[in-house]
Amino acid sequence: MSVKITSYPGREITTDELKQGKYLELVQKFEPRYSWAAGVAISRFLNELKEGRIIARKCLKCARTLVPPRMYCEQCFRPTDEWAYVKDTGTVNTYSISHVAADASRLKEPLLVAVVDLDGASPGIGILHMLGEIEPDRVRIGMKVSAVWKPAREREGAITDIRYFRPMEVE
Amino acid sequence: MLKRRVAIVGAGITLFRRRMLETGKELSFEASKMALDSAGLTLKDVDAVVEGSAPDAFDGVHMKGEYLLDGSGGVGKPYQRVFVGGGTGVFTPIAGWWNVASGFHDICLCVAEEKMSPLHPHPQYAFWSIFDQILERPLGVTLLWIFSLEMRRYMHKYGITEEDIAHVAVKNKGNAVDHPCAQLGARITVDDVMKSEPICWPVKRLDVSPPSDGAAAVVLASEKTAKKLTDQPVWLDGVGWTLDSTHWTNRDLAYPEYLEKAGRMAYKMAGIKNPRKEIDIAEVYDPFDYKELHHMEGLQLAGKGEAAKMTVEGVTQRDGDLPVCPSGGLLGVGNPIAAAGMMKICEVFWQLRGEAGKRQVKKDARVGLAQAWGDLMQVGTVAVMRS
Repeated sequence: MSVKITSYPGREITTDELKQGKYLELVQKFEPRYSWAAGVAISRFLNELKEGRIIARKCLKCARTLVPPRMYCEQCFRPTDEWAYVKDTGTVNTYSISHVAADASRLKEPLLVAVVDLDGASPGIGILHMLGEIEPDRVRIGMKVSAVWKPAREREGAITDIRYFRPMEVE
Repeated sequence: MLKRRVAIVGAGITLFRRRMLETGKELSFEASKMALDSAGLTLKDVDAVVEGSAPDAFDGVHMKGEYLLDGSGGVGKPYQRVFVGGGTGVFTPIAGWWNVASGFHDICLCVAEEKMSPLHPHPQYAFWSIFDQILERPLGVTLLWIFSLEMRRYMHKYGITEEDIAHVAVKNKGNAVDHPCAQLGARITVDDVMKSEPICWPVKRLDVSPPSDGAAAVVLASEKTAKKLTDQPVWLDGVGWTLDSTHWTNRDLAYPEYLEKAGRMAYKMAGIKNPRKEIDIAEVYDPFDYKELHHMEGLQLAGKGEAAKMTVEGVTQRDGDLPVCPSGGLLGVGNPIAAAGMMKICEVFWQLRGEAGKRQVKKDARVGLAQAWGDLMQVGTVAVMRS
């Protein structure tokens, strides 16, 4: 806003006006379906999850072990060199307590969300996942956690084959 | 580098509100027309147009640049739509800068628009589709998660409290009371922030900016043309931007290194050697209150972990030594994504010309900075401006 300008354009529609049906509300749904190729690296990663294992790719040039795995190193910009299993245990890098779903609606039970740095991956290389079997106020950054897998017959090659990570030792 | 000096010669903005009657085209037109009028120009004088708008998913119009073309003054002209998520608002005049600094064009209109209100059940929903479809979306991810995870990590690394961070929301919403376009200007307290609904702890309701509709615009001109048009050009002397990978869980969440790189690029171009001493005012990106602190540190306006202390001590108030977000920021004026970043460019322009009225900072501001940020926590866009 400049002192040289005295009025600003724009007409607000208030929530009340909307509820009163004062404005046209043309609702259209657009519901396409997608089937994505998982790619070379993530296909292998998902197949390994189905077997209860977590696999990474190593770049021997920068000596990083990368999860999620990728077939190229984005820093060295060359193909990564080899597959390497990492552990299904790790450290809580950060966490939060979510009271909202993806559409911003409120959840009845909050979700514990975390970035878990996996043992065997390079420092600071983490994945997004959930925490479980712990009260929200007991969670700490730096806490050691391990993956809780779905039973083998229920696994389908998805990130949700890991149900959540739980604390390795109760404080 | 062979380049011409570029000035901002006019600026315009609409009201920012949760839901506006105007279409995106109409909002773009209003902001553009105001910017041109304030520079004493008409569309005929404009050589090129850059339009900035964030995810198409808000509008459900998957050709948004083309859709917004006529309201942006782009018909029959060299026209570009640019997009780097939340970083778009500052990236738009950066793209305008290329057009003019390169010698390609003399006058370039830059307009940024966002209408978030069409999407239901909530504009937040659009952000679900920016996450990895195979590894992250199945977990039910929301944009709030990455903010709360980053905020928690930042607090942990530097021992910063939620109360410290709440001071930013209090300051910015308070500043916005003096902005005639503001959606959420209010006098609140740290206690109000602490007691507001925990939506994704440590993020609480009053830590967050709202969804909004709105538009803002500036006109850029080459040095020779700018001097003919106005006695008060504001020079766009430094621009910078970088992006980090979308592998955000592989990154140091406590410090935005990509922003440091973007800042250094802009500072080098503008000949700024000590940002903390040479920058008089800063409109850093504040979609969440902790982000203002995070960004001050990335931009070298505060040491690592020290921005909260500066804020609590009042350094970043309008009458402080380094006013930050004197406009009221996204937390107070509102957050129509691309338009919010451009609002910051407009604010620095008006501040440096001494036209900000009740919002005018106390110190004699000669050098200002505007910054935006976004995508998957991976882009920094920076502009350094001089009167």
